Amino acid sequence: MSHATWTTSVVELASGEPDELGHLDEQSKRDIRHALLTAVAVPGYQVPFASKEMPVARGWGSGGLQVTLAVVGTEDVVKVIDQGDDDGVNAANLRRLIATTTGTAHTTDARTATIIQTRHRIPEDRLRPGQILVLQVPVPEPLRGVERDMRELCRMHAEGDYARMWVSLYEDVVRHGVITRTTGYPVLVGGRYVMATTPIPRFDVPKLHEAPFLSLFGAGREKRVYAVPPHTSVEPLTFEDLPFEVERTPGAACLLCGAKESYLVEVPERDGWICSDTAWCARRRDGDEEAELVSEARDA
Amino acid sequence: MRDWTLRLNGLTKRFGAVTACEEVDLEVAAGEALGIIGESGSGKSTVLRCIAGDLPPTSGKAQLRVAGEALRLFDLSPTERRRLRVSTISVVHQDPVDGLDLRLSAGGNIAERLTAAGWRHFGRIRARAAELLEQVEVPLGRMDDPVGTFSGGMRQRVQLAKAVANDPALLLLDEPTTGLDASVAAGVLDLIRSLLEESGVASLVVSHDMGVVSMLASRAVVMHHGRIVEAGLTDQLLEDPHHAYSQWLVAAARG
Repeated sequence: MSHATWTTSVVELASGEPDELGHLDEQSKRDIRHALLTAVAVPGYQVPFASKEMPVARGWGSGGLQVTLAVVGTEDVVKVIDQGDDDGVNAANLRRLIATTTGTAHTTDARTATIIQTRHRIPEDRLRPGQILVLQVPVPEPLRGVERDMRELCRMHAEGDYARMWVSLYEDVVRHGVITRTTGYPVLVGGRYVMATTPIPRFDVPKLHEAPFLSLFGAGREKRVYAVPPHTSVEPLTFEDLPFEVERTPGAACLLCGAKESYLVEVPERDGWICSDTAWCARRRDGDEEAELVSEARDA
Repeated sequence: MRDWTLRLNGLTKRFGAVTACEEVDLEVAAGEALGIIGESGSGKSTVLRCIAGDLPPTSGKAQLRVAGEALRLFDLSPTERRRLRVSTISVVHQDPVDGLDLRLSAGGNIAERLTAAGWRHFGRIRARAAELLEQVEVPLGRMDDPVGTFSGGMRQRVQLAKAVANDPALLLLDEPTTGLDASVAAGVLDLIRSLLEESGVASLVVSHDMGVVSMLASRAVVMHHGRIVEAGLTDQLLEDPHHAYSQWLVAAARG
């Protein structure tokens, strides 16, 4: 059976009506959009939703995929990254699934994409108003480390009782001298809810603050969605006398494009570093001025 | 008589057919400690738990005066009651396990109360926690050790430090020295007495032990089968108990 035949049969299976778009039926998409609207209305609040069985295993982006499929339209252009990489196996699979079942266009260029589904990164390019960032979330509950009882967790969020979260940060500083949490750093959204930033690195956390774009978070396994609407404050939890710091390796530069101020990942076999955002790195090597400018602006 | 900080009228708590306490009236003023004496099952802890907000009463009224305003405790929502527990009402439990997180350091346990009250400055939290631990005579070298590694007496001292961290208006002490060795208990009692004297907090001291109450509280009530059977100055109660049960209790305490 050829690849094309197989995807056609998925389309047929998924949609009884010829005008339906993608793997999910219209009712499911409406349900997810309904949950997303609540999430946008109450920034940082985790909204339960009926997470569907997807053609990817839970824990492999099924939440982000459902969010993308619920909001995608025929005019959209989709980009999917895994750790900043468009060609990661998971990213490529998800992109193909979205593109072939919905027929929407796809790209690796963060500037022209209207929907960017991501695992663990926010692209280096400055995103603009109207773009939607869809983040795949493994653990949506920021307080999971300090409390396991669901009812107590609900109470803590409802009453804004985050003392134990602060105590865990206090203990961290006492033991290690710094707050050691590197990914999924807890933030206060809109001055109200403490939210997990998924495993994006600290480096990307400031990009969410007062961002012009919409961020939607989908946790398929945990059956939760949440959102940061445009122009919403996102403050990393930290003590007044211990400023929030992002990861930085002094002297490190990308082996491919030379960038120093992008988010770099280590390549042990080459004893160096490369940009995590592969598409942005490739554009820099091609002499793209805009990518240069963003980089220089950061250097300054 | 001084103005009351806490006033109870007709507090009654029933568990089905069992009446744990009935028509309990009492008042306690700022800077004053009131003892509640009684054997186990007499309803004294139930009274404390109703005031603390851990148990909903069956009937009765409780008023707490905070900043000149009388709050009707039993009319507040669970959320508001929990908020009072941050810096207005503190409980010291018999077993430190109920009041502390043993996995956290001594400083961390105190930090919980401070961060709940809005403290966000690490240096100031540390300084305040150190100050409190010094006050309760926990060596500062142990400040960053998990409370689970502490002895019983030291845990109780940490619990006291945590309880007074935000200068509460009302301190509820539930058998604060019962689980401790005699010599350790004596040290903790001394500490509680000086904390009460220095802070000017209104406090209720629940104990089955006449000695503890006489040391901490100038006034006391005797509870028996859920009712207050006698009330008065602690010294008079000890010297000249009127109610048959009080007499028996005093005789038992003298051995």
